[in-house]
Order: sequence, then structure tokens, then C-alpha cells
Amino acid sequence: MSKWTRRAFIGTGLIAGGATVFGIAIRPGNRADKMKNTLVNDTETLLNIWLKIGLDNVITVYVPHAELGQGIHTSLAMMLADELDADWNKIKIEEAPSNKEYASGSIIRGFAAEGTDYPAFLQDTMNGIFNTIGKVMNMEITGGSMSVRFTGKYVMRIAGAAAKEMIKQVASKEWNVPLDEISTANSMVSHIKSGKTETYAHFAPSAANLKMPVQPTLKERADFKIMGTSPQRNDIPAKVNGKAQFGIDTILPNMKYATIKASPVFGANVKNIEESALTKRASYQKIINLGNAVAVVSEGYWLASQTLKELKITFETSPNDKVSTANILASFADTLKKTDDYKKDIEKGDVEKIFNSASKVIEQTYKVPFLAHAAMEPMNCTIWLQKEKCEVWIGCQNPLGIQKAVADIVDMNMDQVHVYNQYLGGGFGRKLETDIVEQAAKIAKEVEFPLKFIWSREEDIQQDKYRDASVSKFKAVMDDAGRVVAWQNFYTYKNHPKEASLISYAIENLDIAHVIPKTHIPWGNWRSVDASKHGFFIESFIDELAHSVQKDPVAFRNEMLSDQSRMQKVLALAVEKSGWGTELSKGTARGVSLVESFGTIVAQIAQVNISEEGQVNIEKITCVADAGYVMHPDGFIAQMESGIIFGLTAALYGEINIVNGAVKESNFHDYQMLRISDAPVIETFILNSEAQLGGAGEPSTPGIAPAVCNAIYAATGIRVRELPIKNHDLSMKNWLV
Amino acid sequence: MTHLKINGQAHAIDADPNTPLLWIIREQIGLTGTKFGCGIAQCGVCTVQLAGAAIRSCVIPLSAAEGQEITTIEATDHIIQVVQAAWIEEQVPQCGYCQSGQIMSAVALLSKNPSPSEIEIENAMNGNICRCGMYARIKRAIAKASNNLKTEKI
Repeated sequence: MSKWTRRAFIGTGLIAGGATVFGIAIRPGNRADKMKNTLVNDTETLLNIWLKIGLDNVITVYVPHAELGQGIHTSLAMMLADELDADWNKIKIEEAPSNKEYASGSIIRGFAAEGTDYPAFLQDTMNGIFNTIGKVMNMEITGGSMSVRFTGKYVMRIAGAAAKEMIKQVASKEWNVPLDEISTANSMVSHIKSGKTETYAHFAPSAANLKMPVQPTLKERADFKIMGTSPQRNDIPAKVNGKAQFGIDTILPNMKYATIKASPVFGANVKNIEESALTKRASYQKIINLGNAVAVVSEGYWLASQTLKELKITFETSPNDKVSTANILASFADTLKKTDDYKKDIEKGDVEKIFNSASKVIEQTYKVPFLAHAAMEPMNCTIWLQKEKCEVWIGCQNPLGIQKAVADIVDMNMDQVHVYNQYLGGGFGRKLETDIVEQAAKIAKEVEFPLKFIWSREEDIQQDKYRDASVSKFKAVMDDAGRVVAWQNFYTYKNHPKEASLISYAIENLDIAHVIPKTHIPWGNWRSVDASKHGFFIESFIDELAHSVQKDPVAFRNEMLSDQSRMQKVLALAVEKSGWGTELSKGTARGVSLVESFGTIVAQIAQVNISEEGQVNIEKITCVADAGYVMHPDGFIAQMESGIIFGLTAALYGEINIVNGAVKESNFHDYQMLRISDAPVIETFILNSEAQLGGAGEPSTPGIAPAVCNAIYAATGIRVRELPIKNHDLSMKNWLV
Repeated sequence: MTHLKINGQAHAIDADPNTPLLWIIREQIGLTGTKFGCGIAQCGVCTVQLAGAAIRSCVIPLSAAEGQEITTIEATDHIIQVVQAAWIEEQVPQCGYCQSGQIMSAVALLSKNPSPSEIEIENAMNGNICRCGMYARIKRAIAKASNNLKTEKI
């Protein structure tokens, strides 16, 4: 009865709300055999690669994204289930297997190629995260706050609607009644006139033989039953009783453990390993030189880590041995002086002309440090290299990328590598990388048994792919009415989308450009990526400009947003909910920020108290977000809260310092995290503007640092232009108010 | 051999007595709900109860646990179940990795202090980092569990 046919793949396009949108471009037919193993037995029917229906009428939804706490398994299943008119209580959710059918490229290709409905602001995000569209076919990405707005919109809803139409067609034929008299609800098909009613399961096998509808009708907002509600997340029960399986929890028979120390100065090689005086701690103990790192395999993680500590490892000298944060930032500032190397983001009007004739030009420079991800689950994976196959258990944001990286190292075809993605104990962009499995695969080639490979926290912080440090220079001129007429921003950045530097404010003369400086510090995606820097740069400088003409920072922003009604509404609601403008005691003040990132507009108003001793107490954050339409309000609010705390940790404490070419910080004692006693009250309000869907996981992070720093300025007159805040003496003797 | 009692069950462990309890629980007993985070008692994801007190199992050697009662997130004590239910009701976890430790700290708090104030909650929970930042929900869930435990007794 299992019906997996080529026709069962979703085809091309659809009509939604009268407008043509894009097909989901799953490549027709190929590799279908590989999906058959998702069927437990003959009692189940696959209607397409996104759902299967069992005889018990339980519907399993395949979600092609990793669960790292953002609730994506639940949200995407909701979108499919709603369009399918499914019974939410009989929905099972599984993460789609690591398979090219679920590659991000397959999902985005449909609209990326055609472009019309493809939001311009995403162009760079796409290019940045995926690098090239060709590479996407080996990626199954969870990142860029993209899952709901792309996979949900272009895949899950269509898959659900198409499956429903197929079931209705079969019912119409079997009951011999007109199609438009068939109704569906709670995974049941009914014909009211005749009183007939049957389960979806009854019709599913025949439905799977039908041709997929090319243009299934999607629901209008008013007909949503599950979308827009907040059912409990499916992953939470197992996360409160210890049963949730994270990558690090994998246990295999006869498994041994490995850990590693890589060269502290990135890129240097191992010179010597002194192991003669080593204590024998376990019956099995092996030391492996990977060239730029040394691994120890033993009977347990702790045993391996003790042996690793005892080893005397020396590394080759490196040209980077003398590099420090100070000289990296100085070299960035130097690079910024080389105007010939600039790449323009946008140029409009003539800023130079205005600068030359202006009586006053306001200039400021801002800096942000390197940052580590510090997910709670340290980097790890479990690998079992056998003769004909290699199996990998890992919690990652890109299982296809992992599959490819392992295949390359163990010299197998991708088909021979099986990646079983587990829950992630935090990701934040770090677990898009493949470095952990590259090391694991090299170690696995040296042993005959399954291996659990765990990084120490120290390794996790010192061998990260860091949010890059950056320097950003601004110049602006105001007219007599106190409006910005010229805006120039030159900044350093690594290798990622630069849309974050573009501003929403209407300014006639613009000159925004960047240079890419050289450093040996490895770079990676860090929650909200470039927006994490530019949110701070832009929203701080705008605040400075407002104060320079004695204008209220909210009113000042508002004046430049006359053609941005969504932004104005978000700002207005934040003002209303926060009590902006009402009197506060000395040392306490509010600061505002307004940032659009990943398709979502977020206004934040931070109420901050500075003690006489300079202690910063974040009292309350008011957060207003417009993501077009929010699928799971409670989950969305949780994401806003999470992004704020993540950004607050960085704003207050976050800095990775480079000393002698290596990372100085090593663990949570010196790379501090915000704790419960420092967490502010966060009030989040959702505005559903009905605009294009926006993301949830990242958009609240960029605006928190400027909101807090603008509040610090309002309270003390001290302008923080370099993060983190902890490095500034904010005690009363320094106040300028 | 070191003798441990974990969640009511006796175990005889043959391991280096210096091995941190965390690795005994995870690798020898196979209870993986207790997590590894930092190895230096800074993050709290490895929190279990040793003789009724919340401890960071990543720094407590096996030898120190000889003959003592150890309770982990997998235990089915009533108070743990009440706290877990409150955690679900408030939809606390995101990634979930720190939550075993959070819950074990909360259980230790409520066992000694059934009606903690906000400050007492903060003091008891400050050793547990939640990188996903769900602190407000943790506070709400502890308050809810506290209420539910009180209501039961009436």
C-alpha cells in the first residue's frame, strides 16, 4: 500500500490570494527511493515528501529544519496541518532526514531564480549564507530566521493544501458526489447531504496515486484555525525530564571518547608532543596528531581530557603570534583610511559637497569586539566509521553540509554517510559549521570503534568562528530644521551581507561603503550576523544626532520615516507601552532603537538605572515587533525575549580578546553570560501588519545594545561608542548631566 | 568500587575516584539528562542533588558521593514532577540543554523553601545559565510550582 511515486512530489506553482507565487521546485522524481525508508510498513502512505498518513489517521509531518529551541518543528507543522484541515492532536512531527530532497536549495530555488516575490533585502542574506546558489544543493540550513517565512510559506502550507485537495478528489469519486460538496475538518472528510464521513487515512492510498495539484488554494487569514494560535511545543515535554536526545547524548555499543586541543594561534601546526611521562589512565588510550591539533581517545571523556592536559604540546611559531585585539582594531582603523579600497553599498546625492559647505559636520567612530557563540552544549558529535558506511550523530544547523564534509574526509560517496540530526543545545549560527565533524572523521579513520568526540568548554570558546570585530565611522550634516541632510558611513566587515548597513531613514545624501580587512581570526555567523553590529552603530549615531539638535529621539526618528508607516506604527506602540517621556528618577532613563532585520521591524525601549557607583541595572525592555503575521505568538514572544537576552549579554559583557594571536577568554568565568538576577522584565507586543512574513530568531538582537546605550546617555550624558558596556566607568563622578 | 544510590537504585562503580560525578552519571550509568557545560561549576547544566543539596556534578569527585543519595532529572519524585509540569505549562525551555540543571536547582530550592520570594529565586538560580534567556519564564514556573505544591497540601 505504500505509494511513493514520482507524481507524488509537489510540482510547480500555485495561486494564493489571486497572485501567482512560486512553485517550491522540488526536483521531480529523482532520489525518491531514498525516501521510502521513512515508511514504517505498508500501513502508511506518503502523500508527498512532507507528510505521511497512517491507518490510525495519525499524520506525520516532515520538517526540514533543525530544532534549536526556536520551536520550528511545531510552527512548520502547524502551517501544514492548518492547510490540510488536520486534527492537531493527531499530528506527529519528525525532522526530515538529511537528504538532498530537503536541501535548502530545492526550497529556495523556486523563487530565488524567478525573483519577483523575492524580497530585495534578502538578496545579500541569501548570498551571504549560501555563498553561491550552486553550493546550496549540499545544504540543509537552519538559519537566517528563514524557516517560517520561506519553508513555511513556500513548502509546508502548499504541501498541506495539495494533500487535502488530493484526498477530496478521491472522496468525491468514491462517494460519487460533486467535489465542492465535500468538506474537511479534523483529518476527516464529510459529505453533509448524504451524511457520509470518513478518515483521511481511508482515502490516502488512492490519493497518493493522483497527480499533485499544481495550484492548491491556500486559506485566507479568516479561515486559519491553527496558524496564529499558540499550541504547546512538541519538543518541550522531553526537555523537562531529561529524555530529549541532544547530539552529546548519543550512546553506541563499544563506544569510546575523544577530545582535542587545537593550536591556540589559529592556523599554526603541532611541533612536538611530549608523551613519555604520561600516566596510563585507561586500558585504551591513543594520542593522534591531526597536524594542527592533538586528539586523545580514551575510555571516557574525563579520562581523555586528563591525558590531554598532561601532554606537553608545542606548536610551530606563526606570523600571528604577536597579534592582539588592540593591533587588530588599529589595523582595521588603518584599513578604513584607504578610501580607494572601498566597496560602495549605496551612494545617493553628493555628501562631499555638503560636507565641504557645512558649518558643522558631526563625526563619530564606533567599535564592537569579537564575540563567541557559547552555546550551552559544547561542540560535539558521535561518529562510527565502518567499511561501507559512516554514521554521524550530531545536533547541527546543516545536516547535508555535515554529510558532505564527512564524505570528503573518509573518501566515501555522500550516499554512504548517514547523518542523524539530534536536538541542538543552542546553535546561534555556530552549528552551521562543519569543523567539528572534519576533526571527528579524521580521528575516526585512526580507530576501529564508534567514537564520541567532545570539545571542552575552553576549546569551544577558543576555537569558535567569531562574530567579527568591526570599526564604523560616521559623518553627518544637519540642516537648520534639525534634519539629517547628509549621512556617510564607512565600516569594516568580513564576508557577509551588508544590507544591515542600509538605513530606513529618509536622508537625501547618502554614502555608505565598506572595506574588508585582513585578520587571522576565523569568522562565522552569529545570531543576527551583520545586523548585530550595524544595529548598534546606526541607532547610536542617530541618537547622537537627535541630541545634537535637542530633539526627542523618538520624534527625530519619526520625522525621517514619513514614507515608512510600518516603522512608524511599531515605534508609536513602543512609545505608548513603555511610558516614553514620563518622568523617571535621577540615574534612570529610557533609550530607544528601531531596527529592521530579517524582514521584521523591532522597536525597543530600554529603561535603565545607573547607580552612583556606575552599576548598570536594566529594569525593563519594551519590545514591539512587526513580522507581517506571527504564526505562533507565544513562540514568537519567546524568540524576542531570547534575542534580547542574547544581545544584552553581548552589550554588557561580551568580548573575545586576542592576546599573542590566541583567544584570551576560556570559560564562563571570563566570558560572562547574563544570569537570572540581571535579567530585565521584557514586555513584547506583536503588530500583525499583514506585510511579507518576517523572521523571529534574530530580529530582536540588533536593537538591544543601542537602546541600552542610548538610555545610558540619557541618564548620565556618557556616550558608549565601544562595546561592551562593562569596560566603561559609568560612576557618578563621570556623569555629564 | 564506589557505591552510589542514584534515583533510589544502588550502583557499584569501578572508576578512578577522582572522576567527576557527572561523567559517572552520564557514561557509566547512562543517564544523559544531566549535561556537560563548562567543567568548572560555572554554568549549572550538570546540577543534581547530592544528599538533598543542589551540587554541580562536574566538580564533585566520585569519592565524595560514596554511599550518598543522588537525585537526577530522571527521578520521579513527586516534587520533581510538579516542577516539570509547571515548566511545561509556562513553556519554559527553548533549546532545553540547561533545563535539567535549572529544574534540579528549582527542586532543591522548593524542597527547602516552599514559598520563595523573587530575590530568593534569583539567589538560588543564579548559578544556572540559560543561553536562550528564558529567565522570566523560569521565575514564573517556579512561582507556579510553589503554588501548586501548596494547593495540594490544603
